[in-house]
Amino acid sequence: MLRDLWYALDDFLRTLGQLLIFFLRLVANSPSILFRRAGLVVKQVYNAGALSLVIIMVSGFFVGGVLGLQGFSILSKFNAEDSIGTFAAFSLLKELGPVVTALLFAGRAGTALASEIGLMKATDQLSAMEMMATNPLRRVLVPRFLGGVISMPMLAAVFSVIGLFGAHLVGVNLLGVDQGAFWQQIQTTLELKDVYEGIFKSVVFGVVASLLAVWEGYNAVPTAEGVSRATTRSVVNSAIAVLILDFIITARFI
Amino acid sequence: MRQTRSVELGTGLFVLLGMAALLFLTTQTTGSQAFSAAESYSVTARFENVGSLKDRAPVAMSGVTIGRVTAVEFDPQMLNAQVTFQIDSRFDQIPDDSDASILTAGLLGSQYIGLQAGGSDLYLEEGSEIQFTQSAIVIENLISKYLFNSGGDSE
Repeated sequence: MLRDLWYALDDFLRTLGQLLIFFLRLVANSPSILFRRAGLVVKQVYNAGALSLVIIMVSGFFVGGVLGLQGFSILSKFNAEDSIGTFAAFSLLKELGPVVTALLFAGRAGTALASEIGLMKATDQLSAMEMMATNPLRRVLVPRFLGGVISMPMLAAVFSVIGLFGAHLVGVNLLGVDQGAFWQQIQTTLELKDVYEGIFKSVVFGVVASLLAVWEGYNAVPTAEGVSRATTRSVVNSAIAVLILDFIITARFI
Repeated sequence: MRQTRSVELGTGLFVLLGMAALLFLTTQTTGSQAFSAAESYSVTARFENVGSLKDRAPVAMSGVTIGRVTAVEFDPQMLNAQVTFQIDSRFDQIPDDSDASILTAGLLGSQYIGLQAGGSDLYLEEGSEIQFTQSAIVIENLISKYLFNSGGDSE
């Protein structure tokens, strides 16, 4: 019993250590890839970012709309409907924007990364690259990692902006909150610090979600079942990591 | 070739959109009346009680923001609070006997300094101190005063 616990802990710590080394290797190789093989990165920004744009925009719009509705129903009890803008902006910029985007990103782009890399491994493409003296870490993993890291903050920003417009549409056009009050309240209460907190969060989440997706794909058992497991694990682990980190960063910023 | 072009175009559009969104968030949602301290002069005022006045609180005259609070300190010699604030250099004709009071924006809003023009021919300038000040209203004091007075009346 105790021995099992020790093995589990040992296993966990070693995985964590390997993950850290893997992360450092990715980062160490990032600058040269970014400047010398920018084309590879651009392709991955397209895959991870541009192709995720539709789901992010639709989700952002409806999340913002729901915030408008819920905010109105709560705030109208205090006769403070005008604060609906502040309510929506705070929730979106600091929490929902980065977190929901990271979860959607893990589901939309993270799975694609993990399964793609896992399949490359299962079909021996990675080994073939090594045979041709091409480092698969540099050729395959780093561009995908960078693509995710670059895309995530922009996706989160787009999510927040679209969400704000969703809240504006519901609050101002549907429920009749004054438009001037909506924006003025946002501008007087929100500080640049709050915006930076959201951006900082989205950068961290982007790194974590991309790292875990690439890592799971790279370490997938090279069978059909192994790839499917790696895909599932990349989503589950990213989601857990993002939510825990969100708690820590929020506690730090307050 | 055609495919690479569309990928590049899509990525470019995406990056443009992302940057526009970031720009929107940083400029449009935060206090756009960002007061630049580039051309301004600093004035001090002493208050018995500053309430919950904080750095960066607005300094307003007739309700228009003309400056920002830069420091709120306790003076151990005079035993009161010294508030330093910057006023935009465009407004350099404020009489030096103007009075400063700490007001609250709305019922639950944040506190700010309101300036009321005086009648002097001399103007405020860099380093001058406002003589006439009015402290923040502390709700607890008001309540206790009210209770005390009403008790006295009934006797």
